[in-house]
Amino acid sequence: MNDLLAARSQMGMSLAFHIIFAVVGIGMPALMVIAETRWRRTGDAHYLELAKRWAKGTAILFAVGAVSGTVLSFELGLLWPRFMQYAGAIIGMPFSLEGFAFFTEAIFLGVYLYGWDRVSPRAHLAAGVIVAISGAISGVFVVIANAWMNTPAGFRLVDGLPTDVHPLRAMATPAAFPETLHMTIAAYAATGLVVAGIHAFMLLRDPRNAFHRRALLVSLLVGAPAAVLQPFSGDISARYVARWQPIKLAAMEGDFTTQRGAPLHIGGIPDEARRVTRGAIEIPYGLSLLAFHDPTAVVQGLGDFPPDRWPPVAITHIAFDIMVGLGSLMAVISAWALVVVARKREPADSRPLLWALTAIAPAGFIAVEAGWTVTEVGRQPWIVYGIMRTADAVTPMPGLVVPFVTFTLLYCFLGVTVAWLLYQQVIKSPRVGQHAPAT
Amino acid sequence: MTIDAMGAVGARMAAGFAQSARVFTLGWPPSLALVIAGVIIVALMAYALLAGADFGGGVWDLLASGPRRDAQRALVAHAIGPIWEANHVWLIIIVVLLFSCFPVAFARLAVVLHIPFTLLLIGIVMRGSAFIFRANDSAHSDVQERWGRIFAIASVVTPVILGIVIGAIASEGVGRAPIGVAGATFAQQYLAPWLTPFAFAVGALALALFAFLAAVYLTVEAAADRPLQEDFRRRALAAAAGVFVTAVVALWAAHLTAPRVRDALVWTSWAIPFHLATGAAAVTAIAALLTRAYRVARVAAAAQVVLILSGWAIAQYPYLVPPTMTVAGVAAPHDTLELILVALALGGLVLFPSLGYLYRVFKGRDAVAASR
Ligand code: HDD
Ligand code: HEM
Ligand code: HEM
Repeated sequence: MNDLLAARSQMGMSLAFHIIFAVVGIGMPALMVIAETRWRRTGDAHYLELAKRWAKGTAILFAVGAVSGTVLSFELGLLWPRFMQYAGAIIGMPFSLEGFAFFTEAIFLGVYLYGWDRVSPRAHLAAGVIVAISGAISGVFVVIANAWMNTPAGFRLVDGLPTDVHPLRAMATPAAFPETLHMTIAAYAATGLVVAGIHAFMLLRDPRNAFHRRALLVSLLVGAPAAVLQPFSGDISARYVARWQPIKLAAMEGDFTTQRGAPLHIGGIPDEARRVTRGAIEIPYGLSLLAFHDPTAVVQGLGDFPPDRWPPVAITHIAFDIMVGLGSLMAVISAWALVVVARKREPADSRPLLWALTAIAPAGFIAVEAGWTVTEVGRQPWIVYGIMRTADAVTPMPGLVVPFVTFTLLYCFLGVTVAWLLYQQVIKSPRVGQHAPAT
Repeated sequence: MTIDAMGAVGARMAAGFAQSARVFTLGWPPSLALVIAGVIIVALMAYALLAGADFGGGVWDLLASGPRRDAQRALVAHAIGPIWEANHVWLIIIVVLLFSCFPVAFARLAVVLHIPFTLLLIGIVMRGSAFIFRANDSAHSDVQERWGRIFAIASVVTPVILGIVIGAIASEGVGRAPIGVAGATFAQQYLAPWLTPFAFAVGALALALFAFLAAVYLTVEAAADRPLQEDFRRRALAAAAGVFVTAVVALWAAHLTAPRVRDALVWTSWAIPFHLATGAAAVTAIAALLTRAYRVARVAAAAQVVLILSGWAIAQYPYLVPPTMTVAGVAAPHDTLELILVALALGGLVLFPSLGYLYRVFKGRDAVAASR
């Protein structure tokens, strides 16, 4: 494995690991706050139990999110010093603001987790609300930095060096709004539906369990609307990509030729050498319609660009299909759940719905990983789109395969441990009859 | 393109940045770059005083002994539980400020110190996760023991590496590393800059200081349990001796391998009053421990750490990475510095009241009394 590949693999692996905890860190506080509010309003002790149990899980996930995030902030320099030397002054602003969001989040999470009987009920709930808000804000700020990598702005290049740096303009890039919107909604959709799926599974075994019924309701309240909105936000993202990163769009679609009225490809395996995508279902005019909202619009294919500017086409295309496929499934099942709730029925009474929710429980997280693969791999060979190549950004340090393997093993160990601890929490779930929650 | 910060591009960037930064003087008002460098040092002090004590707590977990072994460990866990994540964010602030405001210097640090930083990260990851796993895994004593062991070992290793990093910067190892120079070996570029007696001596000093801080803080936390308080009082006194020994060793190592640090610490005009102040803080801390004036000891111990870190900062002024990168020379463009300062000011308005609230809830007099 050469050093560049090792660095990219380490970065991708670290981010793929961190993003799971980041998403949970955005989504879970919202669930906890809703459960606690319901408890305070109704006095129903199941909700208190719920908030406390969710808080316990969140404590574990948050700690791992914090340490893996710390690794990332060093890795930006350890793996990509040339990139940071160049970009640090331009994108430092969102990262600095994010630092304060982290502070707020960590401080009030401490108050929330350890302060149940140290602070007043109102202050406790307020701490939860602050955690939820600052978690979402931290996500927004990092993604703004990533948006700059996709659509760099806010500086001039003189002799290949950045001058006239405007950090605020570098935050308001064309990718910033679509990406932050899509990411934030993804966090609620993924967290809400994974929690709903877990409780739906428990309800299949134990249908009358009042604890799980309430948990299902609260998690659907967060996850289902987000999952229904996500395809619309994805459409906004696709249109910004079409406009600003046409090569990425072509790779996402596995489109090798430029066409007017281009069809949408679903599935299929792109073959870069032969320049065809085989086995795809074609929907006539679909792509032109989706990307430009005009059935006759011209969509550029990869053939229009020199192959040394192509990203890995197959990975980008397949990851995109996975995300859109899962996203559509999540949206349909969530819409179904919302209809059930809107008709004042208990979602827990519909066994088909419980099965469906169980089946798609992990879908949001898989879609998040796939979506980031589209964004990051689709941007290759650039680390800063059109300006700096990834190969020029990597550290001169040799032997990068060693840290890559080390961190991979470390994260595998952490991942397995976290999964085991959470599993322990879930199987300890209260069963009706044995369970008399304390207030 | 070859790497620089490193080489040609780094130098050109630094030159370009320097033009857009204000001329560097000590006059009033200080340059933006200097103010931000000051903020970084203050953040480092906060990290040492707060997170450093959390690491020190891990040291006492490792060294827990005697009839109150379990009580000692429980006190440590109880003391750091609600606050360690907030304390940890200071490190992130330092990293972010370095790469936003001094990107060329950050790049050089990240290249030369790749190996110690990687070890530092492994320590941070193991420490944080083992701590939270211990709190949530089964109450079986062997499971607890295993996580506790990982937590404690990582708490010892991490401060040492942090000290090594600071020692490597101060002794000019990082600044002089022949990165990308034709013919330079791997060892010359990536090992020699930090594998020095001085860097390791600073590592030992950092460990001793953190353990000292933790023990002193824990005497206050143990207020309701006299025997436990005595345990930590003895530990604090032992750690104070450790600080003294490691500080002497570090000075001696500076004499051997880091002459510029030695010169700054011994021969400059501010050196004598500075050493006097640090010594006074140390003596006060020890006297307060001997007379069981624990809150006084806490203030004096903190003052001692602050003075040591300011000594380092003043000793390497005006360099960020001596002997080549000055604060002004590698500062980011003026617009960036200005905006980041505004962000820092606004962030501080949110941060300090929140931090104050956190410590009042968990560390105020009532909180400590109520929890026992
Ligand atoms: C719950 C997760 C989830 C779901 C259901 C979807 N996405 Fe997504 N998508 C993400 C999670 C995600 C993500 C991981 O959050 C990304 C990566 C970067 C970003 O901003 O969001 C992303 C990126 C991303 C991009 C690339 C943006 C870029 O390169 O900067 C596009 C074009 C779409 N998405 C489009 C869609 C469409 C049309 C969907 C239809 C259902 C969809 N996404 C569902
Ligand atoms: C705002 C946040 C992010 C920043 C600043 C960022 C930055 C980077 C950088 C510097 C690289 C190395 C250069 C490259 O290969 O492109 C990279 C690569 C990568 N990142 Fe991101 N990234 C961010 C978000 C994410 C997230 C959340 C994920 C996934 C979960 C992700 C997945 C990847 C992957 C898979 C690669 C390797 C790409 C390849 O090898 O082709 N990124 N990212
Ligand atoms: C290069 C990219 C990234 C870096 C350098 C980074 C850095 C960090 C750091 C240092 C922390 C720890 C904060 C603490 O101590 O509390 C953290 C946590 C967090 N990050 Fe990231 N991060 C990156 C990517 C992302 C992305 C893409 C998201 C998007 C949603 C994100 C969202 C969060 C959230 C919500 C937390 C809170 C902690 C948690 O819930 O686990 N981060 N990140």
